Amino acid sequence: MNAPLPENRIRFTVNGESVALAAPPMRRLSAVLRDQLGLTGTKIGCDAGDCGACTVLLDGRQVCACLVPAGQIDGAEIVTVEGLARDGALNALQAAFHRHGAAQCGICTPGMLMAATELLAKNRQPDRTKIEDALGGVLCRCTGYRKIVDAVLDAGGIAAPATAEPVIAEAGGAVGARIPRKDGVAKLTGAEKFGADAAPADSLWLRAVRSPHAHARFTLGDLAAFAAAHPGIERIFTARDVPGSNSFGIYPDLKDQPVLADGYVRFRGEAVLALVGDRAALANLADADLPIAWDILPPLSGTVAAMAEGAPVLHPGKADNVLIRGHVARGDLAAGFAKAAARTSGRFETGFVEHAYIEPEAGYARRVGARIEIVACTQTPYMDRDEVAHVLGIAKEAVRIVPTATGGGFGGKLDMSVQPLLATAAWLLNRPVRMIYHRPESMASTTKRHPARIEVEAAADAEGRLTAFRFQGDFNTGAYASWGPTVANRVPVHATGPYKVGSALCDSRAIYTNDTPAGAFRGFGVPQAAIAHEAAMDDLALQLGIDRLEFRYINALRPGDATHCGQVIEQSVGMAACLETLRPRWRQLIAENIAFNAQNSDRRRGVGIGCMWYGCGNTSMSNPSTMRLGLKPDGRLVLYNGAHDIGQGSYTIMAQIAADAVGLPVDLVDQVHADTDLTADAGKTSASRQTFVSGKAAELAGLDLRAALLRLANAGPDAVLALDGPVLTITDGADVRRLDLREMSTTEGDVLLGEGTFDPPTTPLDENGQGVPYATYAFAAQIAQVEVDMELGTVKPLLIAAAHDVGRSINPMLVEGQIQGGIAQGIGLALMEEFIPGRTENLHDYLIPTFGDVPDIEMHLIEDAEPLGPYGAKGIGEPALVPTAPAILGAIRDATGAVIRQVPALPHRVRKAMLEQGRTP
Amino acid sequence: MSEGRYLRPQRLDEAVDALKGGGWNLVAGGTDHYPARVVEQRPEDILDLTGLTDLRGIGEFPDHFRIGALTRWTDLIEAPLPGWFDGLKQAAREVGGVQIQNRGTIAGNLCNASPAADGVPALLSLDASVELASAGGVRILPLADFILGNRKTARRPHELMTAILTPKPARPARARFLKLGARRYLVISIVMVAGLLEVEEGRVAGARLAVGSCSAGAQRLPALEAALTGQPADAGLAMLATPEHLAGLSPIDDIRADAGYRRDAALILVRRCLADLGGLR
Repeated sequence: MNAPLPENRIRFTVNGESVALAAPPMRRLSAVLRDQLGLTGTKIGCDAGDCGACTVLLDGRQVCACLVPAGQIDGAEIVTVEGLARDGALNALQAAFHRHGAAQCGICTPGMLMAATELLAKNRQPDRTKIEDALGGVLCRCTGYRKIVDAVLDAGGIAAPATAEPVIAEAGGAVGARIPRKDGVAKLTGAEKFGADAAPADSLWLRAVRSPHAHARFTLGDLAAFAAAHPGIERIFTARDVPGSNSFGIYPDLKDQPVLADGYVRFRGEAVLALVGDRAALANLADADLPIAWDILPPLSGTVAAMAEGAPVLHPGKADNVLIRGHVARGDLAAGFAKAAARTSGRFETGFVEHAYIEPEAGYARRVGARIEIVACTQTPYMDRDEVAHVLGIAKEAVRIVPTATGGGFGGKLDMSVQPLLATAAWLLNRPVRMIYHRPESMASTTKRHPARIEVEAAADAEGRLTAFRFQGDFNTGAYASWGPTVANRVPVHATGPYKVGSALCDSRAIYTNDTPAGAFRGFGVPQAAIAHEAAMDDLALQLGIDRLEFRYINALRPGDATHCGQVIEQSVGMAACLETLRPRWRQLIAENIAFNAQNSDRRRGVGIGCMWYGCGNTSMSNPSTMRLGLKPDGRLVLYNGAHDIGQGSYTIMAQIAADAVGLPVDLVDQVHADTDLTADAGKTSASRQTFVSGKAAELAGLDLRAALLRLANAGPDAVLALDGPVLTITDGADVRRLDLREMSTTEGDVLLGEGTFDPPTTPLDENGQGVPYATYAFAAQIAQVEVDMELGTVKPLLIAAAHDVGRSINPMLVEGQIQGGIAQGIGLALMEEFIPGRTENLHDYLIPTFGDVPDIEMHLIEDAEPLGPYGAKGIGEPALVPTAPAILGAIRDATGAVIRQVPALPHRVRKAMLEQGRTP
Repeated sequence: MSEGRYLRPQRLDEAVDALKGGGWNLVAGGTDHYPARVVEQRPEDILDLTGLTDLRGIGEFPDHFRIGALTRWTDLIEAPLPGWFDGLKQAAREVGGVQIQNRGTIAGNLCNASPAADGVPALLSLDASVELASAGGVRILPLADFILGNRKTARRPHELMTAILTPKPARPARARFLKLGARRYLVISIVMVAGLLEVEEGRVAGARLAVGSCSAGAQRLPALEAALTGQPADAGLAMLATPEHLAGLSPIDDIRADAGYRRDAALILVRRCLADLGGLR
């Protein structure tokens, strides 16, 4: 026997170097690599072999490092992502990923690269099927997989579409260029640091003890005795220990969630205790070991139970458990219905949807004198700063938030997770404290997409014009408010879809329950509403005998139209253009499907269409961004970019915008990434606002710096700037001035600093929801072609064609990445994703789309410039997802005749709908 | 923290000797072991079987094939095997992702005894037996008698599985595996069907069909198998399958599907499997 060696010593090679170390034999290889060898390029997404993020090569074969015992690697040859680049240069595969934008947030990228490396070693020119089979064990939540396939095809020497161009060196050419991500290389080499990847060596570990019950009262036993009996536990914190206010939440008047529950829990997964100490000692405990006496109460699960007569009130002052109502009313609804040549009504139901970012929440906190620093993954550093200050009872200036690279967010990292726990512990112990959520903890305790129950009624006249639209939606906001008010306010404003309606009455409610808190998720309730309004459009079109696309074209909002909020939208209204662009493909697919269906009965094909509009930024609320662009004595530009990049690309496009605004090449732009001490408040990465709002601020900052430079030379506005190292040349016609930046005085290191602030102009909504909720709207249409197995009810998307009015595409490659990723999430919403508290808290029971579930995606970027936006640009993040599910559901109906009223359209639901509606062969 | 005992013997006699003492949790590929330990990692005594390298690999004997217990799914996929293994190979490609196929062992899939174990229906259709070794000797059990229920097997604490044995069909045989799930990769099945037909002179000389994820353990369909025997081997076999043939299944409602759907889908997949097998030339 060569094992176990008494001291558990193992010898193996990693990336060609011999390693000898001692490790407990059942320690996971992923932990050996990350914690003992510092190779944090291998990521941990689930510790269960479900996500593939930790894929490495073991003797040339791809394996999940989380499933390999250290005891089995003696003598093995391991290759990790850190072993791919040679002499600091990306290898061919990594370079292809970079060129294609195949990495967005980057958390799955090491796993993808390693799986592809195994494949390419066996098969130098794999085709798409081989690539999907080989990489199918790695999940990605950002990209929709298509650019990853393109990159691997390209690495194999097979031409793939849409490669990135070399970085534009000339001034003024950055906006609109497909430049690779400015922060891309580190995501490909494993160098990027995510929330779990770094912490001070002397950090203590924090573990939360969470409620196993959805609704309960509890009393704590003798925690001091428990701690004393368990060596390695430093402290156990309870609700009483939270230094400031034991409450947090998005809205200043709705901080209704405790950091640690105080004798009463409202959902399964709610934090009750924070144990701080030695990592292994904490891992050795079960929650049930703690002295907690539970008095279990009947839970209110779902909105119907929460609204029922006699249901307990979960939050004081919120009778009927209604958190908030939203309301928009315009025109004479009764008169509108009276004009109906066609009329429809329907009820729709959606479930909880989990963000399923591959990076679980993680980070650390440390106290620095009278200040606290939080280094963690997040989407919203500035809100985190204010929230942590509230929890600790200190000034917000005493809080520094340093976001790590964030491995996907999609709205789920807009709420605090590890932050208040870490802040409390580090503040009180005056020691660095770190925490990494495990996957079930992440899924059980963090926010979800609101489940919705929606009723829609709509009418159209004989010409196909919408005369009346009625919407009532109940949204399950779970145990705490989180972003429930945002959903309740945003939904009625979007509930009609992007159409001109004669009259509308749209109501929404966010309702407290004992379910997992629902918060922000890509679209803030609009994707749920779109399922309902698009089904209504299909109904009306079919009743009137009007083609479904043409029906939407008749009703599409156009410049000069008033929305049902009474907002007249004059500019950048590309809805009709999106439909015009898709029309030829639509007609072609209909013809194709007719031919296919004439030959087949066991499988039938259908096509569906979804349209959407989406207001960029906060609803009728200020949401300013400030950006700064500095010029350094060495002739480099520095963008102080507070728009945190969670994979969507704000560290790339802001540089493109600022460079063109100042009139200098983008590759001169270095960046200080979001850090509340170093960058100005650029708000949150949400609401499809960063390109539009922070992008405008970046443009203004660039223009401000340019104006300052021109003043130095007394040059006119058309002067041309050039930098050659520290020498700035300003050419204004025949007049050429050269400035040596090294000879100029600096302020905090900058020779000059430009600043820009933008807050999109909106107005409050009146009691009928009338006003200007958003300064601009994105528009989009998508068509989906699906094939339905008429016996089994399985649905296979064959093609998605998407047309998006983005105003102006700052970086088409990144825009495409957003669209493809949004569509993948839309496919998940439509066909497979359903979070059930206590039951699907892992990535094998909760299904997100894999490589084989995302079809070819055709994309058309409509550029109907928004005058307020930077170079005409507006948002794309959320619009990408909204139309997909309606298009797929419409396609299922087209194929089968069955209307699906509950998503996800799992096979048994589709089959049931077909049977009930008499549609099986 | 205390780690518990860990043993990685290199010889089978050492392993079975150690097992006499009991109390060991067995580990090979780790693909079921670690997912059950995401939240809590308690000390436990681990017998790591991967040092028993003789147990890895597939051997051909006059009347049967012997699949070593430590044979990994990828080994099986890459092995040159007769066509009647096609169903098992198709199942192998559906076990997790390639990472899982590279690590997970066939014996582990059987010993874990999930109702949705991808390997079980195809091995049932191959009429497989399992070989269990202990210090007292070796016993061989039909696979159907080994899996007793959801995560329950006939393996005694002092035994370990050493091989899976599959008899060679007496006549030319063809095999298929069909898996239904809600996504393409990495999916736990809603229903699985495996089938093997022995065909002689254009007629079914023997049939074995098994359905997974529709009972606590995958089930053979003996009444259907009997009904198929002697019938012309063509796509028309599909229509011989009736709901009554599946009466022995006991599907449940869960997050993936309801019981009624499972029952319907099982029949649909059985028919498709038979159409496919019957239509082969």
